[in-house]
Amino acid sequence: MAIVASVTLLVAEHRSNQLDFLRATLSFFIDPLKYLVDLPSVLIEQATDAVSSYTTLKKDNEHLREEQLIRQTQLLKLEALEKENIRLRALLENSFKLGEQVLVAELLAVNTVPYEHIVVVNKGTRFGVHQQQPVLDANGVVGQVYRTLPLTSEIMLITDPNHAIPVQVNRNGLLTIAVGSGQLNRLILPYLPSNADIHPGDLLITSGLGGTFPQGYPVAIVDDFSSQPEKPFASITATPTAKLDRNRELMIVWSNSTPMPLISNPISRTKVPVSHE
Amino acid sequence: MNNYYYGFGRIILTIVMAMCLRIAPLPPGMAIFNPDWVLLTLIYWSLALPERVGIFHAWTFGLLTDVLTGRMFGQYALAYSLVIYICLKLHKRLRQFPLIQQGLFVFFCLLLSQLLLFFIKNLQHPAQLHGTFWLPVLSGTICWPFVHTLLRFVRLSKRVQ
Repeated sequence: MAIVASVTLLVAEHRSNQLDFLRATLSFFIDPLKYLVDLPSVLIEQATDAVSSYTTLKKDNEHLREEQLIRQTQLLKLEALEKENIRLRALLENSFKLGEQVLVAELLAVNTVPYEHIVVVNKGTRFGVHQQQPVLDANGVVGQVYRTLPLTSEIMLITDPNHAIPVQVNRNGLLTIAVGSGQLNRLILPYLPSNADIHPGDLLITSGLGGTFPQGYPVAIVDDFSSQPEKPFASITATPTAKLDRNRELMIVWSNSTPMPLISNPISRTKVPVSHE
Repeated sequence: MNNYYYGFGRIILTIVMAMCLRIAPLPPGMAIFNPDWVLLTLIYWSLALPERVGIFHAWTFGLLTDVLTGRMFGQYALAYSLVIYICLKLHKRLRQFPLIQQGLFVFFCLLLSQLLLFFIKNLQHPAQLHGTFWLPVLSGTICWPFVHTLLRFVRLSKRVQ
């Protein structure tokens, strides 16, 4: 009986996603467990916060203030650059960058499957998270949303062996695909020929192909390039820029929202043709 | 009827604790050794109280484990109910065995469950067999005496029958 039931479930899940509802219902009983397991680390964090001394806090505060000032100056410039970029793209009658919206999610300290790189965060469908959303941290791309439950969602890291992300070399725009290696500090670029123009130290950014990841976010830095004379492809490895094993806060990105308005008023008056790809 | 439900909370509680252990955050080096606590607990209860914990419980908790670990539905449910079926069939003989021999049996139970999981995973999409995939079987066998002693203590302290 039980075997028939489980095989039916397996086949049903494999064929369709009708069972998402059942999973969501069951997860109401299961998700509290995840929060429960996460509790000790939250408590430790709070305890260290509570006992951290006034001087450390003050130092931290000063440091952050300084950093914020620098960032803000950079942002000033960025805004001008962004406007300029949009103007130039409009001149080329090209599509412009889409507006992006982020949600900060916190990692739950749980470990569901040891040999797969899947992490759990504390935001789920209740916050509008949906499958295949890109996830970033302050330094680069972390992964994508793999499965959503009402209260939590699972994120597949870019280093998972089953994950591949379309990237391009920032220096010359060379397109390729970075595949996860199963190690937290390594990506593999298996599809580049031995004479490809790529060096250790090159920054890889998302290419925007494939539609899942928005274009232009840093993914990894190439750290090893070796051509294999007997094989058609070179062996290239890269290190992710995101701190995959250290971050507790992640950002879930909505990239396919409504397009950002072009330079709002003047464009609409002069009616520059805008084409969407 | 009252007798039937007596101590049931305890059984459930131990299984829930096993589920928490299952997803406990361990350092990456240790995580690959994390054994299947839920199955170990289920094996103990099915050997000790075969009239109370049966295939239905195994199936239900298997399904919950599926949700917990984000696997395909029915994967753990299938593995657990098969293992518990074997346990129930053999429980009279197994209870007479010394702990070491029981450990050997548990080893094969865990191996069977892991094999089933691997088989299903392979059906989904061809998976690479990595040596570390089998480590939880070994560590589970090593943990069995402790699980057995602990759960026995839980059972006898409340005289759950």
